[in-house]
Amino acid sequence: MASSESLLLVSSQQDSFSDSSSNSISETVRRRPIKVYFAVCSGFLLVALYVAFVVTDGSTPKNGTNDETMAETRARLAGVSEKRVWNVFDDRNGEAFAWNNTMLSWQRTAFHFQPEKNWMNDPNGPLFYKGWYHFFYQYNPNAAVWGDIVWGHAVSKDLIHWLHLPFAMVPDRWYDANGVWTGSATFLDDGSIVMLYTGSTVNFVQVQNLAYPEDPNDPLLLKWTKFSGNPVLEPPPGIGAKDFRDPTTAWKTSAGKWRITIGSKVNRTGISLVYDTVDFKTYEKHDILLHQVPNTGMWECVDFYPVSKTKHHGLDTSVNGPDVKHIVKASMDDTRIDHYAIGTYHDSNGTWVPDNPSIDVGISTGLRYDYGKFYASKTFYDQHKERRILWGWIGESDSEAADVQKGWSSVQGVPRTVLLDTKTGKNLIQWPVKEIKSLRLTSRKFQKKVRPGTVVPVDVGPASQLDIEAEFKIKKDDLEVIFGDDSVEDDKEFSCGSSGGATVRGALGPFGFSVLADESLSEQTPVYFYVTKGKDSKLKTFFCTDTSRSTMANDVVKPVYGSFVPVLKREKLTMRILVDHSIVEAFGQGGRTCITSRVYPTKAIYGAAKLFLFNNAIDATVEASFKVWQMNSAFIRPYSTADDLGGSSST
Amino acid sequence: MKKMVVVMVMMLVMVSEASMIEQTCKETPDFNLCVSLLDSDPRGSSADTSGLALILVDKIKGLATKTLNEINYLYKKRPELKQALDECSRRYKTILKADVPEAIEAISKGVPKFGEDGVIDAGVEAAVCEGEFKGKSPLTSLTKSMQKISNVTRAIVRMLL
Repeated sequence: MASSESLLLVSSQQDSFSDSSSNSISETVRRRPIKVYFAVCSGFLLVALYVAFVVTDGSTPKNGTNDETMAETRARLAGVSEKRVWNVFDDRNGEAFAWNNTMLSWQRTAFHFQPEKNWMNDPNGPLFYKGWYHFFYQYNPNAAVWGDIVWGHAVSKDLIHWLHLPFAMVPDRWYDANGVWTGSATFLDDGSIVMLYTGSTVNFVQVQNLAYPEDPNDPLLLKWTKFSGNPVLEPPPGIGAKDFRDPTTAWKTSAGKWRITIGSKVNRTGISLVYDTVDFKTYEKHDILLHQVPNTGMWECVDFYPVSKTKHHGLDTSVNGPDVKHIVKASMDDTRIDHYAIGTYHDSNGTWVPDNPSIDVGISTGLRYDYGKFYASKTFYDQHKERRILWGWIGESDSEAADVQKGWSSVQGVPRTVLLDTKTGKNLIQWPVKEIKSLRLTSRKFQKKVRPGTVVPVDVGPASQLDIEAEFKIKKDDLEVIFGDDSVEDDKEFSCGSSGGATVRGALGPFGFSVLADESLSEQTPVYFYVTKGKDSKLKTFFCTDTSRSTMANDVVKPVYGSFVPVLKREKLTMRILVDHSIVEAFGQGGRTCITSRVYPTKAIYGAAKLFLFNNAIDATVEASFKVWQMNSAFIRPYSTADDLGGSSST
Repeated sequence: MKKMVVVMVMMLVMVSEASMIEQTCKETPDFNLCVSLLDSDPRGSSADTSGLALILVDKIKGLATKTLNEINYLYKKRPELKQALDECSRRYKTILKADVPEAIEAISKGVPKFGEDGVIDAGVEAAVCEGEFKGKSPLTSLTKSMQKISNVTRAIVRMLL
């Protein structure tokens, strides 16, 4: 029968059923009226099946909209697919490569925070208390990949020289048995500390828990007590049990209550939930969200804080007023990018509105703390020096086999101060904390004129631990020629990521430094400016780091990172680069555009690592004046009682 | 008549269950591979997206084990390939000891991005192993298979983000 055959075509799993149906069909065929009735019913079934397939054809399993395509577009725009596209089958047709211990042990950093071994991810609960900076972090005690997460702990007098302490918290309760995840600290009015953190329960539900120091008189805050009434927050109605994590530091409302926000998602809309509390034990959930942005996916590690419009120091999280803007930041689960936006906070109803909705939180063309590898970041107010400090997790860009072989994975970025850029008013400025200068050893000063198409070796001795501060000027005559020259085309839609890297020459760029380069430049990591001539003959500057030739290894992700950098009238082009073995942190225009990269050279290591200055522009000669310091190690090690004998430091 | 309605309802139900796998697999780079892997697993017909991802991670685990066995066999059969086999062994052990457990834990606990990392890495390790033989690999079909399964699994894990 025609109808049963077409039913058979729909799915092979139907075989048993079609057999029984054809039996009943053949029985009923003999009775004419039933045959007609059956034909009608089969017809309806076919229509129903047809409708079912057509209706569900364009949708994802999660919801009815075209989100999968949008996710792909978003991913492509953000460069995620590019970062992960990797094909040794096409690439160099099978070059055999293996990591050896010499190469791998070079990769460990000298002055970036990292535990002695194994995996680390998000920074947690950073704070300053009784003379010590405290840093907690997501840690796997058992492997060099994510899993079995506990809270690691370390202290420092100066945010640079860290001393490892025992774990602060481990999964020893039903409400965090499957993970003691990310959280934040709040100082109460009496100076005591409360910690809110996400626990993954025995049933894999994400809940928020309260903890506090067992002994407030212990400056090392070694032991932490979990509140007996945990969890204090469970996923509310309408929120997925696994979409509720990373509570923020609390701030005071004008009504005198404490307020926190927690990121989540509803379908593909990233959201930030708001709760008020007086005791951190019971909470009132707001009906209105702090903010939401469609098509941005899950918001992790939300951060919310005030910045001064005029002053150059940080603000306590509870500060509000006319001189203040508020930052909303979120880590986008989809793209692994930390985005932020500047806006206005309305305390009366706990909402926030961006100054520029076209670059709202999570929009791919919006602002990022860092245009390289940088995620799950978190700020805290350092009341000791009145500054807001930013921590960011810097994961690896190599293979997990290499991580397992070398025995560790991930570092933290050098802590940065964060301020509103009072000159542009439209972006934040980040800069490595000044305490890092205590690591500077010998230095050399240089002044060099670099003609188009030249690479100049810079003799600084060892080149794996450097601090470089540089100023660049494009020769005025060259600029004038280029401005007047119609044959020099407007650079349409330049972007670091799609530019092809530092070998692609333009009229006015690229020029900068090649770090971690070997003598023959077979491995190198250029950090550079690329100046373009815009539509209205205005110059537009980009700041990039090209890791595509950073290593011969074939199991490493090697993108070209970077972004547009605002350069105001009469400003020279400035950059700062911190080189620390397998991490390069680059800061353009005083920290307007920051790029963190992970690089894994196989040859440009130890004594073979060199520094070069280059100018790959076609037309412009560039004048570079710069200073390069050798950087000492921070000697990050386990705490011993000998470390406490100096009293508190005054930096 | 009653029998007919029951049969029709059951057919509709069966068709819509199969279409969960088909719907999901449509959004992956290799529909046929995806469907054949999931259909062949008894858990497939009643799994949600997380469950489907975990089934595929299990397939990655199985394929890695199978490949390691083949590598061990090749040590005896093709001793001249020892260096390449050593590196492959290291890479595939990483898949079993690091990538798979990481993916299982992350997907089960609702932090799928770490699962994505593990799954992507399985494909990377397979490709690196393949490259060790400079074009004359005795493991090509196995490593290619791992790359394909990794791509499909990754697409499904991304649906959880």
